[in-house]
Amino acid sequence: MPDNFIFYVAVMAGVTYLIRMLPLALVKKKLKSRFIRSFLFYIPYAVLGAMTFPAILYSTGRLYSAIAGLLAAGILAYREKSLLTVAGCSCAVVLVSEWVLRFAVK
Amino acid sequence: MEEKQLHNRFSEGFRDGIPIGLGYLSVSFTFGMMAVSMGLPVWAAVVISFTNVTSAGQFAGLSILTAGSPLLEMALTQLVINSRYALMSLSLSQKLHRSISRAERFLIAFGITDEIFAVSSGKCGEVGTRYMLGLMSMPIVGWSLGTFVGAAASSILPEFIRSALGIAIYGMFIAIIVPPARHIRPVGIVVAAAVTLSCLFTYTPVLNQVSGGFVIILCAVAAAAFGAKLYPVEERSQSDA
Repeated sequence: MPDNFIFYVAVMAGVTYLIRMLPLALVKKKLKSRFIRSFLFYIPYAVLGAMTFPAILYSTGRLYSAIAGLLAAGILAYREKSLLTVAGCSCAVVLVSEWVLRFAVK
Repeated sequence: MEEKQLHNRFSEGFRDGIPIGLGYLSVSFTFGMMAVSMGLPVWAAVVISFTNVTSAGQFAGLSILTAGSPLLEMALTQLVINSRYALMSLSLSQKLHRSISRAERFLIAFGITDEIFAVSSGKCGEVGTRYMLGLMSMPIVGWSLGTFVGAAASSILPEFIRSALGIAIYGMFIAIIVPPARHIRPVGIVVAAAVTLSCLFTYTPVLNQVSGGFVIILCAVAAAAFGAKLYPVEERSQSDA
């Protein structure tokens, strides 16, 4: 942990709060720029996409279990299951696949 | 003139917030675990969760913090990753009852998360301060408590359990992006562009020297700008988001 931990947290929390607070406190009218509105609409999906890939492949102990978990998550998400179901089943598939492969390798 | 329905009971908000709080328990559990595995003490993980209450930003911030990267990188990363809250905050500003003071708005702003935004904008009519504070309470408790339990338990959990839980946050991200990517073609294209760029930055020799926080900024801004330029969003679909 860095010595100036508290500064990092202050910057992190401060920026996050200002983003949430400023529009709510200041803006009363609708945004005019169509480009900005569209940009803001796409940003969450772009961020989550970039954060998930390829990081998800290295999120577990082994590459193959991560791929199994990714497939499970992809299929369930495609069927529009809830966040909790998708995340939970993805974990379960990772767990089972690592367990199965441990015996297969032996 | 027709009077809009106003939701302004703390108990109603509190009840609506319970499922969100339960959902947060498991995701923040993973955050607490990851924070401790990266060398943070339990209290530090809880402080981050209680002051930030955001998933993607915290996970990204964690690697910046433990790598000791410049504070500016931290600020820019949070700005880009959490910029979606500006849109939600903007949308919520139209949803709040006009009597709500600026001081109350300062308080409500703290609790704007994807799920709280989704629930409050799903209410018909307008929402008041007490409803919003009730709605925020359980998610904030769940988020902080889950972090604490995850951080405290991480050392006693066996390796294979930790390995399996490592994918939870990404599973949740996939659950958020896949359904809209399936129904709204431009969203699918923007996601594909962001994923492609992110992989390029990870696997291409020179590009993989760029620090992780900036990669997310670059990829997300480029992909979203590309989408905004090619597929501008109509007023209507904006409000469905």
